[in-house]
Amino acid sequence: MGSQDHAEKGNLKTMKLSGAEIFVECLKREKVDTIFGYPGGVLLNIYDVLHQQRDIRHILTKHEQGAVHAADGYARASGKPGVVLVTSGPGATNTVTGIATAFMDSIPLVIFTGQVPMSMIGNDAFQEADIVGITRPCTKHNYLVSHVSKLASTIKEAFHIATHGRPGPVLIDLPKDVTVNQTDFKYPARVELKGFKPNYEGNLQQIKRALQAIKKAERPLLFTGGGVILSNAANELRKLARKTNIPVTSSLMGLGAFPGDHPLFLGMLGMHGTYAANMSIQNTDLIIAVGARFDDRVTGRIESFAPKAGIVHFDIDPTSIKKNIRVDIPVVGDCANVLKQMNRLLAAERGIPWKKKHADWLAQIDAWRKAYPMTYPERKGKIAPQYVVEQIHKLTKGEAIITTEVGQNQMWAAQFFRFKHPRQFLSSGGLGTMGYGFPAAIGAQFACPDKVVFDIAGDGSIQMNIQELATAVQHRLPVNVAILDNRFLGMVRQWQQLFYECRYSSTCLHSGPDFVRLAEAYGAVGLRITEKEDVPDAIREAIATKNTVLLDFIIDREANVMPMVPAGASIDEMMLDDGKGKKSLPKKQADKITG
Amino acid sequence: MRHTISVLVENKFGVLARVAGLFSGRGFNIETLNVAPTLDPAFSQMTIVTSGDDRILEQITKQLNKLINVIKVTDYAGDITYLNRELVLIKVTAKSEHRAEALRITDIFRAKVVDSGPTHYTIEVTGNPAKISGVIEMLRPLGIKSIVRTGPVAMARER
Repeated sequence: MGSQDHAEKGNLKTMKLSGAEIFVECLKREKVDTIFGYPGGVLLNIYDVLHQQRDIRHILTKHEQGAVHAADGYARASGKPGVVLVTSGPGATNTVTGIATAFMDSIPLVIFTGQVPMSMIGNDAFQEADIVGITRPCTKHNYLVSHVSKLASTIKEAFHIATHGRPGPVLIDLPKDVTVNQTDFKYPARVELKGFKPNYEGNLQQIKRALQAIKKAERPLLFTGGGVILSNAANELRKLARKTNIPVTSSLMGLGAFPGDHPLFLGMLGMHGTYAANMSIQNTDLIIAVGARFDDRVTGRIESFAPKAGIVHFDIDPTSIKKNIRVDIPVVGDCANVLKQMNRLLAAERGIPWKKKHADWLAQIDAWRKAYPMTYPERKGKIAPQYVVEQIHKLTKGEAIITTEVGQNQMWAAQFFRFKHPRQFLSSGGLGTMGYGFPAAIGAQFACPDKVVFDIAGDGSIQMNIQELATAVQHRLPVNVAILDNRFLGMVRQWQQLFYECRYSSTCLHSGPDFVRLAEAYGAVGLRITEKEDVPDAIREAIATKNTVLLDFIIDREANVMPMVPAGASIDEMMLDDGKGKKSLPKKQADKITG
Repeated sequence: MRHTISVLVENKFGVLARVAGLFSGRGFNIETLNVAPTLDPAFSQMTIVTSGDDRILEQITKQLNKLINVIKVTDYAGDITYLNRELVLIKVTAKSEHRAEALRITDIFRAKVVDSGPTHYTIEVTGNPAKISGVIEMLRPLGIKSIVRTGPVAMARER
C-alpha cells in the first residue's frame, strides 16, 4: 500500500461523506470488485456515486433474482462473498428466492436493498416492502440501517457475519434518506459481536476419540458435504483419505472436494447415488461425516440409514449435529482446521498397516461397483442426456465449471461429470431452485474469466431466468448453456411415470420456444443438435466461440435418472434400471454381491 | 417434557420477531413467553416455556444460540432449585355470601386484592406455576370472570 493510500485514509477519517459515498467506500474496503444489481428510485444516489468511480464494476442483470444467483455463482466459484444491490419493494421481493437458495447452501452473500425514507416506513409508501421482515427466516442475519451514522459499522458486521462460521446471506436495508445524509466516515477495523463467536478449532479430545474410532473401524467411510468446499478443506480431506485408505462418498454439495476419478471415490450417495456408495453406507461400521448435514435426499428413510455404523461428525454449525441423525462423536469446528488436526495426529501414528487394514472392505466395494456400474441405456437414433454430460466432461478435460438447473439435468451432471476440483460444481442443492444455473454461470464466468463455464440445463428450468441471455451477451461472456431438451419437466415426469402410472399432469412442454432462434434474438449463438454424432462437434464449437452459446440438445424424451431411491425408502432399496418401469434389486441378491 | 429457558438478547428492533419466527418456522412449541429489559437497557431477558423431547430441546437451544442477537441461553431443565415466578390477575365474582370466602383464599395464598367492587374482587397472585394453578382451582367455584397471566420468569439461585 502506497503512502498516498495512507494519506487518503487519513483524510477520510475526518471527511463528511454521504451514505451513498460511504456505501461505495465500504465495499472498496471489503475488496469488492464486482456487484450484481438493478437500480430504482430510492437507489439513485448510490447509482450516481457508482457511476463516478472505477474500482467496482456493476453488472446490470435483467431480473433481481438473476442478480442474486449471479452473485451466488460468483461467490461459489471464487470463495469471496457475492454482493447484490437492488431497489425497494418489488426489487427487494424479487431477491427472496435467490436469498433462500444461498441460505440453504450456506453461500456468503451481502444483499443491499433500497428502502423508502425512514419517515415513510410503515405508511404503505410507493414501492415499500418490509424486506427485513420478509427475509428474516431466509437470511443468516439482516439489518435496517436507521441512521447514516450506523451505516459503515453495519456493512462491516454484515461482511463479517456472511463470511464467518457457517457462511450465509446477510441483507442490509437502506432507507433513501440514509443514502443522502452525511456523516463522518470511519470504517471499523474489527468486529466484536457478543452473540456471534463461531468455534473454529475442534476440541482436541474429541478429535482423538474420532481417531481411535477410525483406528478401530474395519469398514470406515468418509462422507463429505458442502462444508468441505466452503472451508477450503479439500487438500486436508484428500490427505486424510489417501493416508488412511478410506473410501469417500459425497453429497451433491460436496462434489469436487475429492477427485471424481480417484479409485477411493464412490460417487454421490443418496436418492440418485451410485449403487456402491449407497451399499457402502448401509454396511460401513464408521461414517466420518465432514461438513455434511444428512439431508433427507442423502439419508432416505432415516430409521434404516447406516444401521451398522458409528457416526463421527465434523461441522462448524452445532445445529447441524444431531439434527436429523444420531451422532456418536461430534466435533464442532471448521472442517479444514479439524481435518488438519486429525492429519497431524495421524502423522504421529506409526505401524498401522492402512493399506492392508481396509483391503477386504475395498474389495467388497469394488464388487458392488462392478455389479452395478454407472451406465445408461442408449436407444437407437436418440441422444442420451448422460452422453452429452460425458462429452462435456471429456472435451473440457474435466476442467470446466459446471452449473446446473434443478431436476434431471442436475442429477445427470452430478452423476456423469467427474469433478476434479472444489468450486467446480455449482448447483442449488438445498432449496432446489430451477433457474439457478444460468445466472450462476454468468457470476462464475465473471469470477473466473479464463475458465470454460457450462450451465447444464433443462428446457423447463432454463426458461425461469432465460432473460439473463441479455446480460451474458452484453458482456460478451463465453458462457455455454447445454439444454438437455426433452420437452418435459423431466424429473416430475419421471416420478409420474414411476409412481403415478404415467399420468403426465402438467409436465409436457410441447409449446416451448425455439431456443436457437431465441438465442439469436438475444445476440447469442444458438445450435440445435439432434444426432448423437453431432454432439462432440457442437460442444467443441461452443468452447471455441467467444460469445454466449446456447446448445439445444434434443434428447431421448423419456430418459430417466437412475439409480433412484423412491421417496421414503431405505437408501439400499434402489431402482437400478432405466428400462420399462420399475426394476429394483431384491435385498437378498444384494447381500450376495461380495468381493 | 416441559422446559423453562432463559434467553439473554440484545435489546434491538426485531429481536422478538427473530426468536418467535425461529420457533414457528421450525415447528417448536411456545407455551409462554416473557420479555423485559435487564439492568443494562442494552439487553433484554426472555423467559420461554417450551416442550419437546431431548432432541428437540437440544435443537431449540442450539438454534437460539445461532441467532446473532442472542447472547446466552440457559435451559433450567437440569436445575431443580431455580426460581420460577409468575404473576396473575384474577377477577373473581364476589357476591354477598362469597365475599368472605374469596378473601380467605386470598389470605391463604398470600395474594392481594388490588381492586374491588360490589360484585367482584381482582386478586393479584405471585408464585410458581403450581401455586398459581392452586389459587385458580380454589377460586373457580366462586366464578372467575377473567384472568391475565404474565407467564413465568426464571432465575438461577446464587450459589
